[in-house]
Amino acid sequence: MNGEHDAILSFALAASMIIIVTAVGLATLRLLRGPTLPDRVVALDLIGTIAVGAIAVYAITEHKPVYLNVSMVLALLMFIGTVAFAYYMHKGAAAPDERKEDRS
Amino acid sequence: MSIAVALLLIIGSLFGLLGAVGVVRMPDLFTRLQASTKAGTLGVGFIMIASAMHFADVGTVVRSLLVILFLFLTAPVAAHIIARAAYSVKVPIWDRTDIDELRLAREGDRHADPSERAGLKRGEHHEATD
Repeated sequence: MNGEHDAILSFALAASMIIIVTAVGLATLRLLRGPTLPDRVVALDLIGTIAVGAIAVYAITEHKPVYLNVSMVLALLMFIGTVAFAYYMHKGAAAPDERKEDRS
Repeated sequence: MSIAVALLLIIGSLFGLLGAVGVVRMPDLFTRLQASTKAGTLGVGFIMIASAMHFADVGTVVRSLLVILFLFLTAPVAAHIIARAAYSVKVPIWDRTDIDELRLAREGDRHADPSERAGLKRGEHHEATD
């Protein structure tokens, strides 16, 4: 199936892609500005979630359902990344006390 | 059919935009987490339903539903883990926060009086060791 979309759907695809790009831009603002590390992690998590949606919109635009595999894998990998960041933050919170004990 | 797909796409991406606006505008890490995790997940859910309706065959519908399932399983867990880690590294809480239940639970049953609320602002971090 290689036909064109009808007018309503192609307009909606373009509009939702524009909205998604705006959303990623706002989240990137928080990623750059976020005062603490967890703020940046939250922004990155939101960018990943929106990217899953963007890939699905692109799959509809290109008539290629194969791209949905990409968004499936991305949805899984994002969770692992977030958990890794949280684990690292926990370690970082524990670290200063251990360093003090080592020094004395 | 394509009208429904178009409507779902627009609604979904607007929810994503709502989550991003929340992440930028909210005053606090924990409130930002609410905006990003709920609105973002709901938006992607709408977009996935739209793609399932557009390619109406079995494999695509199953994959779209799997994406929704993964997101709905992992987003709350990820948000909880981030909030937990952020609380333990003493990220500053919004100064108009009314109740900090984790702090109350750790202090036992002692009732926190309102004058103690100023202590809820835990902005101070560990002093540098070197």
